[in-house]
Parts: sequence; C-alpha cells; structure tokens
Amino acid sequence: MTTLGTRPLDSFADNDQKPVGYGRMLRKEDPRFVRGLGHYCDDIQLPGMLHMAILRSPFAHARIVSIDTSRALAHPKVKAVVTGADLAEKGLAWMPTLSNDVQAVLATDKVRFQGQEVAIVVAEDRYSARDGLELIDVQYDPLPPVVDVRHALDPDAPVIRDDLEGKADNHCFDWETGDAAATQAVFDRAEVVVSQDIVYPRVHPAPMETCGCVADYDRVSGKLTLWTTSQAPHAHRTLYALVAGLPEHKIRVVSPDIGGGFGNKVPIYPGYVCAIVASLVLHKPVKWMEDRSENLISTGFARDYLMRGEIAATRDGKILAVRTNVLADHGAFNGTAAPVKYPAGFFGVFTGSYDLEAAYCHMTAVYTNKAPGGVAYACSFRITEAVYLVERMVDVLARELDMDPAELRLRNLIRPEQFPYTTKTGWVYDSGEYERALRLSMETAGYEDLRKEQAERRARGELMGIGLSFFTEAVGAGPRKDMDILGLGMADGCELTVHPTGKAVVRLSVQTQGQGHETTFAQIVAEELGIPPADIEVVHGDTDQTPFGLGTYGSRSTPVSGAAAAMVARKVRDKARIIASGMLEVSVADLEWEKGAFQVKGDPTRSVTIQDVAMRAYGAGDLPEGVEGGLQAEVCYNPENLTYPFGAYICVVDVDPGTGAVKVRKFVAIDDCGTRINEMIIEGQVHGGLTDGVGMALMEMIAFDEDGNCLSASLMDYLIPTALEVPDWQTGHTVTPSPHHPIGAKGIGESATVGSPPAVVNAIVDALAPFGIRHADMPLTPSRVWDAMQGHPLPPV
Amino acid sequence: MKVSLTVNGDPVTAEIEDRLLLVHFLRDHLGLTGTHWGCDTSNCGTCVVWLDGEPVKSCTVLAAMAGGHEVRTVEGLERDGELDPVQQGFMQCHGLQCGFCTPGMMMTARALLDRNPSPSEGEIREAISGQICRCTGYATIVRSVQWAAAYEASQAEASQAVGSAS
Repeated sequence: MTTLGTRPLDSFADNDQKPVGYGRMLRKEDPRFVRGLGHYCDDIQLPGMLHMAILRSPFAHARIVSIDTSRALAHPKVKAVVTGADLAEKGLAWMPTLSNDVQAVLATDKVRFQGQEVAIVVAEDRYSARDGLELIDVQYDPLPPVVDVRHALDPDAPVIRDDLEGKADNHCFDWETGDAAATQAVFDRAEVVVSQDIVYPRVHPAPMETCGCVADYDRVSGKLTLWTTSQAPHAHRTLYALVAGLPEHKIRVVSPDIGGGFGNKVPIYPGYVCAIVASLVLHKPVKWMEDRSENLISTGFARDYLMRGEIAATRDGKILAVRTNVLADHGAFNGTAAPVKYPAGFFGVFTGSYDLEAAYCHMTAVYTNKAPGGVAYACSFRITEAVYLVERMVDVLARELDMDPAELRLRNLIRPEQFPYTTKTGWVYDSGEYERALRLSMETAGYEDLRKEQAERRARGELMGIGLSFFTEAVGAGPRKDMDILGLGMADGCELTVHPTGKAVVRLSVQTQGQGHETTFAQIVAEELGIPPADIEVVHGDTDQTPFGLGTYGSRSTPVSGAAAAMVARKVRDKARIIASGMLEVSVADLEWEKGAFQVKGDPTRSVTIQDVAMRAYGAGDLPEGVEGGLQAEVCYNPENLTYPFGAYICVVDVDPGTGAVKVRKFVAIDDCGTRINEMIIEGQVHGGLTDGVGMALMEMIAFDEDGNCLSASLMDYLIPTALEVPDWQTGHTVTPSPHHPIGAKGIGESATVGSPPAVVNAIVDALAPFGIRHADMPLTPSRVWDAMQGHPLPPV
Repeated sequence: MKVSLTVNGDPVTAEIEDRLLLVHFLRDHLGLTGTHWGCDTSNCGTCVVWLDGEPVKSCTVLAAMAGGHEVRTVEGLERDGELDPVQQGFMQCHGLQCGFCTPGMMMTARALLDRNPSPSEGEIREAISGQICRCTGYATIVRSVQWAAAYEASQAEASQAVGSAS
C-alpha cells in the first residue's frame, strides 16, 4: 500500500500513546498555532478589500448638532462615509440587543456613552480609513452625564433613554427571586444577622484578539459571507436575517480562529452591522478590526453590581438564610447577553452551596452613560457575582461568629444524599459531593499548618492571609422550555458522518475560542465509536458547514454540544450494529460492542470493526432490510437541566505592611466537572480562570471620571496579570458525574473565574484582620489596601 | 519611501509609507500573519518579533526603522521542516489555548534560551512578563519553556556522547 501526499502538520502532535477516547491528549489544533498559521479574522485578505474605521463619541452624553463629512469624502482614498442619518434612511440606525432593548448602530439624536459609534469611514487601506475619521466634523452639545449608578434614579437625573417612548427616568428593570416573606421571617428569629455592602466593579474580558469582521457581499449570488469574531455564528446569522431582512440562506457566518472570547464576542456590535452595510452598498469586501481602546471602551463589559448582602444564622454556625438587594449598572443600552427569562442571568444561584431555609433577592437595574453590555468575562451568566456575594458573606459571618471559615462552610454544605437539591430560588443542582472536595482542598493546601504559620507570622507583625471559597456553578444553558435568546431555544445540533474507510467528520454548532474543541469533541466521538481521535475531523465555526445551535459561552459547549456529540455517535453506532448483524448473520441481540468492534456473544473470533461496517454501509453488498446506505446521523440536543460543576479553592497571600502590595503566594484549586474528557485541557481552563480571578481581585477595573470619561481605555490603564503576578497553580479534582448528561460531564470553562475572586479577597481580608477590617472592595490594588490599613474609607469604585 | 531588510533570512525591499508600523508591514504587506496585533501600547506582546536577535514589540517599531536590519518572526522558527524545541514544548505542555499570544511568547522564549539555556522558573516568568496571555494562566507557558530547555540539554548531551564515542 502506498501513502500519497505529504505528512499532515498535525502528525507532529505526538499522540502515539493515546488510547481511543478520554484522557490526556495533545491538541489537534496546536500544530497550526505554533507555526503562526492560525487563521484569525484580521489575517483574512480578499482581493479588492476595503477597510473600515469608526468615529466614536468623545462625550459620555451629548446631543449631536451636526455632522459634516465633506472633507472626509474628499480624501482620495476614502470610498464612503456613513452616518446615523444615512442608516436611518434604510431603517438600520437602531438594532435590537440580546436583551430585547435597542441599541444605536450609529448615533442619530445623541450619544449616550464615551466611545459610542457616530460614523464610519471606508477607505482603501487601514491608515487612510483612520485619516478619514480625522476629517469628519461633528458638533456636539454636551449634556450632563449619569455616571454614579447610585444617583441614576434621582428625580433630577438626566434621562438617558429619551429614544424610548414615554421614558422619564433611567430605570431599566426590576427583578426578584426567592420568597421575601419567608426570608424576612427567618431573619426575624435568627440569633445572628450580619450585613455588608459589596461592590463587584465593572471589568472587561479584553481578549487578546479584539473584535472585528470581514463582510463580503456577492451581488451575483446575492450571498453575504461574514468572517467574524463570533462565539455564536448561528445565532448571529439568524439575527442578521431578522434584523436586516437578509434571507438566512444567503448569509454565511464564519468564525475563523478566535483569539479568546470570554463572552466579549457573544453580542452583535455596531461595527459588524456597519461593515455589512458598507459591503452591501459598495459591492466590495470590507474589513473592520477595532483597536484595543475601542475594545475596552465600547464592547461587552462585565459585572458592575452594587450588592447589599445579609446573612442570618444561629449562634453555633448554622446558616439559615441569605438576602440581597442589588443595584445593577447596565450602561446606556441593555446589551446583556442572557436567556430572556433571566434578566439578571443566573444570579439566582446566590444561595451558593449551602442548605438554607430561605433566600431572597431584589434587583434594580438602571441605565447610565457607560458602554452597554453586562454579561461577559467568563461569568456563567452572573454566577461570578452571585458566588462572590455569598462567599464573602460566609466569611463575614465567620468573623462575626469567631469561627474558622472552613469549619463554617463544612457545617452548611449541601450533603451528598440531598441531591438532586432544589435551592430556595428554584435551581435543581444535579449532583455533588461538596464536603469531599472541600476536605481535599484543605489537605492539599495543608490548611492546619497554614493556620499555624499564620499565627506565628502574625505574632511577628507579618500580614499573611488564607482565603477559601466554595462554589457551585450552573452551566450548559439550557432547557429550551426555560431558556432562549431572542426566541432562539438553547439547544445544539450535531452531525456525524463516518466515511467508507472508517474516517469520520463531526460537525458542531459551537465554536472554539481556545477551548480545544477540535480535540475534545474528537475524543467524545472516539470514546463512543472506537475510531481513533486522529481519524475524526471536527468541523465548527461555519454556518454553511454545521448544524444550527446557539454557540459557545456560559461553559455550555460540553454540557450541551458535548452531549449532542455523544448522542449522535450512539445513533451511528445503533445503525452500525444492525449492519454488523447482517454481516455476521446473527441477530442484533447476539452482538456485543467492544470499543471499536461488534462481536458475536460467546465467540470473539467472529467480529467486525466499525471500519468494516462503514465500508459495508457504502458498499455494493446487501444491507439488512429497511436499512438505508451510508453511515451518518444528526441530533439536536435539548438539555434536560443545567449541569452544576463545583469546586473548593484556597488562596494564600502575603500583604506588604509598608506598601499594601499583595502577593498571591499559593493557590489550590479542587474542581469537580463530572466526567473528565481531557485532563490537560481541563487543567488549562482552570489555570486561565484562576488568573482572571487574581486579575479582578487585585487590579482589573473599568473606571470612569465624573464626566463619564473611561479611565481604562488602554492596557496601560486596564491592568491584566502577567506571569509575575500569579503563582504556579496547584490543581486537583474529584469526579461526581452529572446524572442527566449522556457522558456525565459538566462544564469547566468558567469555574475558576467564578470561584477564585472570593478566595483571593477572603485571603486579603483575612490578612488584614489585625486592622479590624471585615471587608474591602476589589480591585485590591496596593493603594486601596494601604488605605484600608490606615482606616481610611476606600474610595467608591 | 523605500525600505530594505531581511525577514527570516530572505531579503525584502518594498515601497512603504513612512508611518507604517513593522507589525502591519509584516502582516499586510508580506502576508506573515503569525505576528499579531493586540494593543498599540507595547503592553500585550502579541506582536513580538526579533530585530537583530533582540525581541521587540513590532507595534511600536516603524517598518522604516527595520531597514538594513534582520527581522525574525514566528514563521522563521521552524527550520528545515523541524519544529523549534520551543514550538514542540508549547504543544507538549499545553502552553497555548486560543493561540493568539503564542507567537510572541515563543519568540521571547527562544531568545531567552539562546542566552540562558537553563533558566529558572523566575527567570522565565521575568522574560515573558512584558506579554499577556488571557487563556493559560502562564504556568503551562513556563512548563513549555522548561520542556524546551530540557529537550535541548538532552540533545546536547546526546551529541556530546556521540562525539566522545567517535
């Protein structure tokens, strides 16, 4: 037998020892990335391609008096200039957000946040497009901005959303969950009640690759191809069809390699719409890539919750109830990307991992003159905020009770026999062995010894802190009866074809931004069919090549699409079994499946491999009656419930008494994501999330001055951890499979981002205990820690 | 203006705008898209390339300034179809996820190992501290560089053994 062609690049990924299926396996996508051959949006060059740049508002709130584009249009390399007025003529000046609000594509009446899109220039090259922006003259009439969320509902506050008919204030929505009366009753009789104001500041996902697209409208076929930085290509395509009136079958959305998403690439941004319009009008491909400042000041931010937490308990440490009141800053437009029935995302899991008698949350969301967004940055739809709240409150309570925070948690964790456990806010946790995970984290960290060391250091005047957090995540949105985005149910399709030679192609609706789907999904199919992962091609990120589904965010790929991949493989296997029974001339019931082959029960010498069956399925020989030729299947998986991964984290910090600088010395993360598909990739996901958590706890914040100027508009001002600010992570795991997921897997992508911020802050507050400090708001920069040590009130964030 | 330089060993001459950044020259003019553009302010390091053997951030170097000099990019790491040990290390140790920062990280790592074949963990962290990775949390990048250092040490030992045997 001869082998034609050259050795494929991925043969350099040495997986010779890899058995079929789960376990550590090097990534199939890496050979292209390490050669610099990844194919990101900005790498796309098409013949005749033009470049687009966006003129943005310098003001947080201002009326647009006039826009003069004549000088820009006179630039020899400028091909078009488009303003809001131009879009309004086509009915495209406004677009729906993912939360059923509307957002200006290009401002027509006034600008509502600094960095808002005002006009676009399309030119022959990137630099000329930027030159064109300098030549547009906009006259603004500045208005007083609403910056401090605490004053957004003041009677005399300027009304931001006067575009909404009859809107006379900045109220966005009110939302509640839990039982107010029952919770009040528990608080009334509780021996101990503590409350604490807690701020989760506005932060930004800031993926290394900014957002952008290349729009290419072919006027002969009438087809629009959009290469774009999208975590949800199918959802985007449908929304373009619904909003712009383009026929859906004439839109192809391609997400090429994506340089990190973290939720930042879920929404549809005005830049995408403008590039599409430009390509439709100019009949040329149009590229738009935002720069870093544009990314930080205008795209999907995260958090921005002001929370008042209350916790009720008995004197001996039984937690009875948690209550919270939240003021949520949604910016100028409600661009939250969350299932429509969940305006606060999954914040309802603020009851944490504890067995409570009652819980209640009331939330008021408001508009401010800041960038829109609201759910992003690996938060699992606001679970980051929920877990931070409850885990801070448990530590505040531990201080009040003078009890070790580990001991307090151990007394209150939901017990294994209580699963499935319905929380007081109605979430059904699928499975968990919480105490086992917490005890493992304490053993791994050497908790008792750390406490002894801390006592010794404290006696010497040193500031060492130990912080714990225990979290339960809710990921894998979601059951379509409960969850949809703008009417699109959150189910995901999967198609699998086994070719005649036994090589397979699996097509996914989800889209990797670094999570390694090309590897893990091949492993899922390999485990079910016995075909080596190397023989399974994973196709994703192209609406013309993949089945419909809602995309990758909220850690939903493995819980939803991973389930679909397993089920489609089982469907193929069921058909293969029938074909095999014909080949072996026995009944289906007489066949046994041994990973990769069917054999006759009791006679292992008589067997056919899945590859043999594939060849027969396409061959000339007879197939059993009623069986069609070919070996392929498709499914659309509608999850029955979310999956609930959990974890126990311990962080150790040293605070410099002279400067307030925090050093994260040690971090232990025990995660449980059910069945583990690829150890290496899971560990990588956890490491990344832990770093996010340290970043948010210590340095990351999108800040504004009183005029609404964004003070975090570059990576010089928006600080992200480097290799020097994070320790070598110590990870470990327990395995508690999900009972309803076909392979028992749960999501893992955001666990560490959710679980780590409270661990870091709890450690810092613990270190500062000698100063009588019970709480300090993030980001705990040296100056803020130093202020706290001096007894100064921390400046509000 | 006209600029002449060497890129990955090949001489290149081009007519460019004075203001053209090296990162855009490499990407848009030469099609070497392995070097990425991430921040414009020299903070993120996705654009790191070598200029005469020194890692530089090509988003803050004018293409004109590279005239007469030697540039090496990620596309120049692989030699004769063999991956550089740094490239192998990143695959072996999961030193990348989305892959966007990876070319810059690898160029810095190669430069580090060229002058310090057995760096400590602290030295590796220091070397890459001018660059940001949003995915990995850095530990696996450190391990990747350590893998490359160990691999190169074992290769050197093996060739010494062959040398002394002959």
